[in-house]
Amino acid sequence: MSQKNKIRILIAKPGLDGHDRGAKYVARALRDAGYEVIYTGIRQTPEAIVTIALQEDVQFVGLSLLSGAHNELFPRVVKLLREADAGDIVVFGGGIIPDYDIPGLKEAGVQAVFPPGTPISAVVEFIESCSVAGVSS
Amino acid sequence: MSIQDERERWDREVVQPVLAKQQERSGGDLQTSSGIPLERVFGPDNLDTGEGATAAGDATARDYMEKLGFPGEYPFTRGVQPTMYRGRHWTMRQYAGFGSATETNERFRYLLDAGQTGLSVAFDLPTQIGYDSDHSLCLGEVGKVGVAVDSLADMELLFNAIPLDQVSTSMTINAPAAILLAMYIVVAEKQGATRGALRGTIQNDILKEYIARGTFMFPPAPSMRLITNTFEFCTRELPKWNSISISGYHIREAGATAPQEVAFTLADAIAYVDAAVKAGLGVDAFAGRLSFFFSAGSDLLEEVAKFRAARRMWAAILRDRYGSRSAKSQAMRFHAQTSGAMLTAQQPDNNVVRVALHALAAVLGGAQSLHTNSRDEALSLPTEESVQIALRTQQIIALESGVANTVDPLGGSYAVEALTDEVERQAREYLAKIESDGGMVRAIENGFPQREIEDAAYRYQREIESKDRLVVGLNCHTRESSNACFDVMRHDPRVHDAQIERLKKVRAERDNAAVQRELNRLRQAANEDGADMMEPIIECVRQYGTLGEISQVLRDVFGEHRQHIGM
Repeated sequence: MSQKNKIRILIAKPGLDGHDRGAKYVARALRDAGYEVIYTGIRQTPEAIVTIALQEDVQFVGLSLLSGAHNELFPRVVKLLREADAGDIVVFGGGIIPDYDIPGLKEAGVQAVFPPGTPISAVVEFIESCSVAGVSS
Repeated sequence: MSIQDERERWDREVVQPVLAKQQERSGGDLQTSSGIPLERVFGPDNLDTGEGATAAGDATARDYMEKLGFPGEYPFTRGVQPTMYRGRHWTMRQYAGFGSATETNERFRYLLDAGQTGLSVAFDLPTQIGYDSDHSLCLGEVGKVGVAVDSLADMELLFNAIPLDQVSTSMTINAPAAILLAMYIVVAEKQGATRGALRGTIQNDILKEYIARGTFMFPPAPSMRLITNTFEFCTRELPKWNSISISGYHIREAGATAPQEVAFTLADAIAYVDAAVKAGLGVDAFAGRLSFFFSAGSDLLEEVAKFRAARRMWAAILRDRYGSRSAKSQAMRFHAQTSGAMLTAQQPDNNVVRVALHALAAVLGGAQSLHTNSRDEALSLPTEESVQIALRTQQIIALESGVANTVDPLGGSYAVEALTDEVERQAREYLAKIESDGGMVRAIENGFPQREIEDAAYRYQREIESKDRLVVGLNCHTRESSNACFDVMRHDPRVHDAQIERLKKVRAERDNAAVQRELNRLRQAANEDGADMMEPIIECVRQYGTLGEISQVLRDVFGEHRQHIGM
């Protein structure tokens, strides 16, 4: 099985959006699934998110946004992580993200986007698949 | 006492004065589609039970009058107005706003032409949090979830060619509500309207921002002072304006149960009334201008019960806790919006049906105004076509369903009455706990309502995952690739640049010395505890001081709130 007890995940809310029901649910459900999860709270800048990710030594950053600013904010988190030599941290996202924006986000380095209604098992599967890939490489 | 006697008294004392001002539709001759006449409101006295005026009948009558009564009088369980939708349908008010003020102005005029009867402004997040569009924290947010308003110049465009003394306008604005209200007033004055003619609502409900919605700016104490200021100002200057819309909507959308929605909303309301009374306002001088805002979701019977329980509780709180003697104060008027959280991104056309159910619950529950969500709101902002279906949904309920032709049609249903009692019982338990823990402001600072809502949201989502709770298209009756079967609205990226150009132009062309002078006056007022801030804000706005500049003055004086993270 995986090394769940060692996987650390930051769930973060970039931008000015206050809708945190989804982010809190994902944070808590991932914790219940056995991961170590840190939640930033709302209204964080990309800079603050990257700082916390580095301080907390996480392997994953999950970004949640419902305000429509994902095209600006998600890629910026990826870029700042890379600039901080932490490009190995896996960034994924969720929220109100129209289908047509997903290819652009993936191109910018967001590795998965989970639309509304995604079961938590899909997020766990994604985390496990990345972790296995990371271990074998 | 008999219910028949009470009905006659009610008709004389409550109904006739209202009919003298406004006749019912069809002259009151309202019938079912098969021609069966409909009573204004049905009661136990309309059923042929064969019971006479026995002792048991007497007790029943007392019980009925105490818990339900007739609409338009205490305890208002059955409605705030004696004729309700027989006199006039609810206000159909679609929340709208996106991109630039000019675009939103076009959508407003489209909605008014389509038969909408009130405006409801959605502002973008920078506006809601008091930042100008060029602030570094606003990356990607300008014009996204609503219209960007930086200064009076934007507000002038937003209401261009809409006579503000003839529409009623609701503004979803909280932390900087005083500033946006000031802009509205100045635009109206420039149109030639008087303050006294303005009708509308500012949301102005900061406590639920800390609990659930997130667009707070200042800590609770100065926020409560600003709100009390707006109460005083509206009482004095804007007699037809609702100075607050105390909102359960966002609490529910964040995952609260129906009793929690009622309890936390009423606890917030009590905190506002306490603050205003403490500042020296008489309760009946302002309580009639307090309005409420609730969510309308899919569980039809529970939702109807919730609205009725909330009305009954508010009336009792006003009368018994504050000694209110005014029916206008005791009557809980509310806006309802259909639930966004219950819409699915999967098979989004199904949302049309959900919205119809939600809207029906709001109407059966006696809402004064209603926003119906559009089918595509789990995907993006709604298209014009989707908005039209949402508005048509309300019109079909109003004109075809017949539920608007008799007041509180579900009143007396065993199920609905029992649920009304139970929602009230559970909500009262919460209120008692909050009271004994030192009131709602303290409860929020301790994170109590936040934790309760989080737990309820977690349980709800777990039930969906385990399929103990079924949602069609989501965890049952699913199909592959089921979303985005129609065009969704796309955001125009040029909005951001154009907005910043206009902001620069405003800053360049205004009288900057006058702006500084008025900002300094505001700073002085803010520093003086108990001083009025509304008039200084109006003067700042008049000189084209920006939202960000005015907010910064207040941030300097009041400081900024940081979120309590429970997890």
